[in-house]
Amino acid sequence: MSSQKTPDRWIGQSLRRKEDNRLVRGRGKFVDDFEMAGMLYARFVRSPYGHAKIRSVDASAARAHPRVACVLTGPELKDLVQPFMEIGPEPGSKIVDFPMAVDRARYQGEPVALVVAESQPIAEDAAELVDVDYEALPSVIDAEQALGDETVLHPAAGTNCIYQDVFEWGEVDKAFEEAAWVVEIERLHFHRFSSTPLENNAIIATWDDDKIHFLCNNSFPTFGIQFLAPSLGVSLEQIHVETHDIGGSFGIKITNYPQMAAIALASRGAGGRPVKWIEQRSEHLQASGHGNERTFRDTRVALDERGVITAIESRHIDDCGAYPRYEPLGCVIWSQVVPATYRVRNLRIDFSQAVTNKCPTAPNRGYSRLQHLWFMERVADICGHHLGIPADEMRTRNYIPADAFPYTTPNGCVYDSGNYAGMLQKAKEIVGWDSWKEKRQAWRSEGRRVGIGIGTTLDSGTNNFGQSRILNKYLPFSGNSEAANIKIDMDGQLVVSLGSVPQGQGHETTTAQVVADELGIHPDAVRVRTGFNTEWNTYTGHSGTYASQFAVTGLSAVHGAAGKLKKEMTLLACHSLKCAPQELEFGSGAQGPEVRVSGTDRSINYWGLANLVNVNNAELPEELRELTLNCRYIYVPPFQIPDTERKYGNLTLTYAAQLHIAVMEIEQGTYRPRIHAYAVVDDCGTVINPLVVEGQVHGATAHGIGAALHETCAYDESGNLMTSTFSDYIPITALNMPDLKTANMQTPSPFSFSGAKGMGEGGGAPLHAISAALQDALFADGIVIDDSHHTPDSLFQALRKSEKGELPDNVRVQRRPG
Amino acid sequence: MAEAIEPLPVRLKVNGELHERRTEPRTLLVDFLRDQLRLTGTHIGCETSYCGACTVLLNGKSVKSCTVFAMQADGGEILTVEGLAEGAELHPLQEAFSEEHGLQCGFCTPGLLLSSYQLLSRNDRPTDRQIRKAVAGNLCRCTGYQNIFKAIRQASEKMRDETKAAE
Repeated sequence: MSSQKTPDRWIGQSLRRKEDNRLVRGRGKFVDDFEMAGMLYARFVRSPYGHAKIRSVDASAARAHPRVACVLTGPELKDLVQPFMEIGPEPGSKIVDFPMAVDRARYQGEPVALVVAESQPIAEDAAELVDVDYEALPSVIDAEQALGDETVLHPAAGTNCIYQDVFEWGEVDKAFEEAAWVVEIERLHFHRFSSTPLENNAIIATWDDDKIHFLCNNSFPTFGIQFLAPSLGVSLEQIHVETHDIGGSFGIKITNYPQMAAIALASRGAGGRPVKWIEQRSEHLQASGHGNERTFRDTRVALDERGVITAIESRHIDDCGAYPRYEPLGCVIWSQVVPATYRVRNLRIDFSQAVTNKCPTAPNRGYSRLQHLWFMERVADICGHHLGIPADEMRTRNYIPADAFPYTTPNGCVYDSGNYAGMLQKAKEIVGWDSWKEKRQAWRSEGRRVGIGIGTTLDSGTNNFGQSRILNKYLPFSGNSEAANIKIDMDGQLVVSLGSVPQGQGHETTTAQVVADELGIHPDAVRVRTGFNTEWNTYTGHSGTYASQFAVTGLSAVHGAAGKLKKEMTLLACHSLKCAPQELEFGSGAQGPEVRVSGTDRSINYWGLANLVNVNNAELPEELRELTLNCRYIYVPPFQIPDTERKYGNLTLTYAAQLHIAVMEIEQGTYRPRIHAYAVVDDCGTVINPLVVEGQVHGATAHGIGAALHETCAYDESGNLMTSTFSDYIPITALNMPDLKTANMQTPSPFSFSGAKGMGEGGGAPLHAISAALQDALFADGIVIDDSHHTPDSLFQALRKSEKGELPDNVRVQRRPG
Repeated sequence: MAEAIEPLPVRLKVNGELHERRTEPRTLLVDFLRDQLRLTGTHIGCETSYCGACTVLLNGKSVKSCTVFAMQADGGEILTVEGLAEGAELHPLQEAFSEEHGLQCGFCTPGLLLSSYQLLSRNDRPTDRQIRKAVAGNLCRCTGYQNIFKAIRQASEKMRDETKAAE
């Protein structure tokens, strides 16, 4: 809608984004768009091996190049920096992680040396002059094999199993004793993929004198600098991080701090000149960050007579790649959504995490929860099928009912609000459920393989950092917080700065909507600073853009700051207009935003208020001289420290939900999985800006469909990444993205000021819905969909095994007497 | 390792303005536009001509400027995203991308605008299938494409109305 209209309330309006004008003109400022005087260019030399001992690195020829300013090698780093801090407990905490490989390369593409030259082409040429002598070692590609420790990646840790614990809630054994049905599923596997932001990692670092300046696209700098400072031997005050426009992150750019360290060291080595490093796509795919792969073993499910799941017992093995970095946080983050959308109260999950010779993982969109939610959806479908309960019926029997919210899960999380059965009903309506069921029957009678699948998912947002203590009780982290600052400048301009680090989520726009409502003005009157800056912006140690939280943490901080400012404005206006606070009205007048005495023509505009504080304060009485019209507010959600023994507590504040329905067919002859219809219903409570929310829903859907049907980070036995270009990785395009039918539901959160919930990650529902639809199409062939990635080849292989009677006995069902 | 090669002259008319520079023969068109002319609206998202962030028009035809040498474009006319708006007034495609929320991070947007521009300059009434095919070489990782299709449709309608009004 047009921004000229002035509704009563800006929250809830599809306001066109403030960010767009610069971006559609090509005037966005991404890292690679910046030039600095004396700037140099960097190129990493990377290991071609998945696993190799580094015997020696000879950089003499590169150093002799007349236009090379500096070469750093991995082995030299030992004397220059401290290894990065490890989050996990022993033995993972013993892992030694440097910005480049020091004596051993542990994944293909791991940096071994860094060459800095006067131009990018020269840096690339000179990088070829670095001679590395490798001794290849056996690569460990499979996480389950890694747990056998035949080849140990990190001798300091002594094992590849860097985390293991049993998460148990309720009375699991009793539930199995009382079960009417027990279903066993041998193995399920969630594949490795990455959301691959279109802008690669990018850094310009300047380490001049005792100060390091980073112009970069790291999406959680307050986290990154806590790793960087001790490693580089500087204080936080000596690190200045600046971001501008960021070309997507989806969590992947949280973990580019090792590259930040290397580029900073290169700048120091080059006499303090700025060094620019722009990652190439193949480097990004090989050596940036991948999503977590997870294997689910020996699952047992207890169900009652009606098919209600009463207990689940399972063993989950997570693969975090070569170095933990953000891990093992994923080993607890899945437990934000332990029962998924279901009522099950008894669970026992043995969770372990292994290091393998693959790219380190990063908290990719839907991080750690989507793997678990996919598992729970597979459990629901497989059990439903074997008990003869249709997929929709299985869900309505098992969903947490709408009147049970706020709902406390078996591990103490509080689902704030929701109506999953209502979402299913709505999704059925928009997809045309009944007519597709008829078509399915008709087409199946013609021998076609058609399936309808439901995927219900959660997007838990606003983390309680205290959950990290469940992994490592010595970690000094808990709660959450976000900061915002709002001021009226001397000229009367309202300026907001945020602690968040947006990458396309429209924070400038939604911030302006919240401030506009608070002060009764138009969002155009609110200027929101682009990007994050540790020297200009206000922030806390939790600040950043991750984990589906801005609508709650960021906007609550903005709301709080605007409220504080309003109080100061009230005091000043009462003094100036000689009236009582209750007589004042906030709004816009002939001279723009103002405060006026209700029902009169007496008013003071923002310039007038700012003037009093900034350059005219002798007019003010003593008691008003402490006012600044420059207000910082820190939002702190009401979290407690979880019980680390019981692994019990409220781990996240809000739970947005999505429900997808996919109608799919496996094409005869080509085995191509084809989408006939696709419906999406989302519920993220009160919607601040429908355009922005719908855009996030579409984007998360595309990521999930792409991941389910195309995208995979596939390694061969030697640790070669087989999908290291976009042409091999095949991100979803305009041609293979289906038309979406979408609808929105709103069950406002009781825990946020606006009723909004964080929702950017989306929860990976397409992975659930597509696996479900293909499963529905293939049950008749006796095939169990046991993987989250589906290609014509995987479907062909499964069907061939089915024809030959060679299908594995992956699922067993027991009917208990009683 | 390649030896430094003598720079050669390149003449290009970019967004209506003539530029003459000397550059190494191996310089890609996208690097020439970004580094030498400082037109940084054209982006680089891959190096295998898959993502289309670097799409520009060369003599009226869309090219991925990461797979064209600047030398190959010598004497040609180029349109980049910076040449779409007329002063403060956005091109109907730029307006439509914003109105329909056809962009989030905005990194792919310049390339998508140029591919769409080529489509609408050849076909003022594209079908849904033609719209999808026209931008099939442009990756967007944020929007899921739905609103991009809407934006192109909206712009084509607006441009048809404008043409009609002018007639």
